[in-house]
Amino acid sequence: MGQSMGISKLLIANRGEIAVRIIRAAREMGITTVQVYSAADASSLAVEMADEAVEIGPPPATKSYLSIEAVLNAAKQTGADAVHPGYGFLAENAEFADAVEAAGMSFVGPSGDMIRSMGDKASARKAAQEAGVPTVPGSDGIIDDLDVANALASKIGFPVMIKATAGGGGRGIRVAQNAEEFAKLAPQAAAEAKSAFGDGGLYMEKLIAKARHIEVQILGDGTSFVHCFERECSLQRRRQKVWEEGPSAALNDEVREKLCASAVALAAAVKYRGAGTVEYLYDDESGDFYFIEMNTRIQVEHPVSEMITGIDLVTEMIAIAGGTPLSMTQDQIKLRGHAIEVRINAEDPANNFSPFPGIVSDFRTPGGPGVRFDHMLYDGYAIPPFYDSLVGKLIVHAHTREAAIARLARAITELKTGSLKTTAPLFTALANDPDVQVGNFHTKWLEPWLEQNAHTLSDDKGENA
Amino acid sequence: MAKSEIKSPLPGVFYRSPSPEEPNYKEVGDAVKAGDVVGLVEVMKTYTEVKAEADGTITAFAVENEDAIMPGQVIAELDT
Repeated sequence: MGQSMGISKLLIANRGEIAVRIIRAAREMGITTVQVYSAADASSLAVEMADEAVEIGPPPATKSYLSIEAVLNAAKQTGADAVHPGYGFLAENAEFADAVEAAGMSFVGPSGDMIRSMGDKASARKAAQEAGVPTVPGSDGIIDDLDVANALASKIGFPVMIKATAGGGGRGIRVAQNAEEFAKLAPQAAAEAKSAFGDGGLYMEKLIAKARHIEVQILGDGTSFVHCFERECSLQRRRQKVWEEGPSAALNDEVREKLCASAVALAAAVKYRGAGTVEYLYDDESGDFYFIEMNTRIQVEHPVSEMITGIDLVTEMIAIAGGTPLSMTQDQIKLRGHAIEVRINAEDPANNFSPFPGIVSDFRTPGGPGVRFDHMLYDGYAIPPFYDSLVGKLIVHAHTREAAIARLARAITELKTGSLKTTAPLFTALANDPDVQVGNFHTKWLEPWLEQNAHTLSDDKGENA
Repeated sequence: MAKSEIKSPLPGVFYRSPSPEEPNYKEVGDAVKAGDVVGLVEVMKTYTEVKAEADGTITAFAVENEDAIMPGQVIAELDT
C-alpha cells in the first residue's frame, strides 16, 4: 500500500451491484466505506453493507446520484479521501472528476482531462490513430464537397455508411453498397442535412456488416500499462450487452496478441491512469479490428477479465488512485480458461423485456465450482423502478468455453428469485443454442433470434413458490 | 361538469415533456381528448406514455416534473 498516499475512507458514488462490489474490494484493502443513497435506496444491500451511509436526495437520479453537489457534500461531511464513481451516473463526467480532485480527494479513475479527451469521438479517434491503433476507415470529419465524398467513398471501400452529421445516433444514416448507390444517396443525405441543420456536410464510415464487439481490459498507473486480455460482447439487445465472455472464440493467438498490444499502445500513448476498456469492432471475414472508443471507467462486465486472469480490477484501480504503482507486469498476467457473464435484469423476457420492478421472494443463489454471482438482492427486496434494471451478474469460469457454457446452464437452474421476473430464462435458451455453443454470432445476431424465440422464454417454473 | 383523474399505471419518474428541451405535453387549462399524451413515466430507463382516458379540460397537475410516482397515483385532474 502507498504509505501516506493510500486511501483510508472511500465514498461510493453509485448504487446496486457495483456499489456492493466496490465495498467488498475496499473492505479487503482495509478501507472504510461511505455509501451515498437516494430515498429509494435506503433499504439497499450496499447501504446495509457499508460502514457509513448518507442520504443525498430523492429517488430521481438527477436529484441524487447525478447531483455533483450532493455527492461532494456527502464526501466532505464524512471526511472521505477518495470517491469511486462505479459505472454510469457520474463515472465519465469530467466535471465531477475535476470537482473531486479540486476538493482535495482522489477520484478513482483517470483525470477530468483524460475523460474529456476520450469521451470526444474525434479526439479519441485521433489519439488511437497516433498510437497506431486501426480505426474504422472514414471521413475523419465533415465533407462538404460531393466530388470529394465520391472519391473518398471508393477509397474507404464499400459498403459505406453516410451520416448527415458526425454522431447524433442512428438518425439519417444511409448505406451505399457500391459507387452507383453512393452517387444517388450522398446528394439526398446532403440535402437532408442542409434542411435539418443548415449545413450539407456529410460524415462517412466503412460499414462492417457482421462485426463482433470485442474489447480489451487495460490497467495503467500513468507509467506502466498492461492488458488483461479481451472480452467479447457481441450478444446485444438494443445495443445493450446481455452476455459477455472472454477470451473471444473468434480470435486466434496471433490476432489476440495484436489486438491486446494495440490497446496497451493507446493506454501508454495517453499515459492512462486507472482501469479502462478499449472497444473494437472485429471483422470475422477479414480478420481486421477497428477501434471504436475507450471507456474510462470500470465496466459492468469486468468480472469476466477477473476470472480469466485472477486480477482484482477494482482493488487495482483503488490502489492506483491512492498512488500505488501497478502490482503486476504483463508477463505475470496469464490467460486461464474461459469465463462468461450474463446480465440478470429485472425484466420479463416473455413480455418484450418490459421492466419488472418486483419483489424478490424465495431467493436462492447459484454456487458450486467456478460460479460467482455479483448482485444486490435479498429475500423481500423490492427493486426500485427508478434506475437501471440490472440486479445481478452471473459469472462462470471453467477450463474451456464448452465447459463454461455447461456450467452457466447448470448455475441458472439454481438461481431463484420467486415472484421477481428476470432475464435468466434467456440465458438458458442461449446456452442451448447451437450457434452460441460454437460462438457463431455478431452484434446483429441476437435481435432476429429473439423475434423467433422470445415467446419460449417464460420462467413459469421459477415463478410458482 | 364531472371530475376525472388521470392515473399512472406504472411506478417511476414522471416527466411532463418528451425531452428537457421540448415544451410540456399539456398545461393546466388545455383541452384533452381520450388518448392524448399528458406525460411520460420512466421505469428502469424505459419510457411509457401516460394518456388521458376521457375528453375534458386539465384543471390541475397533481405531481411535478421529475417527481417519483407509484402505480395508481393521480397525475392530473380533469373537468369532463
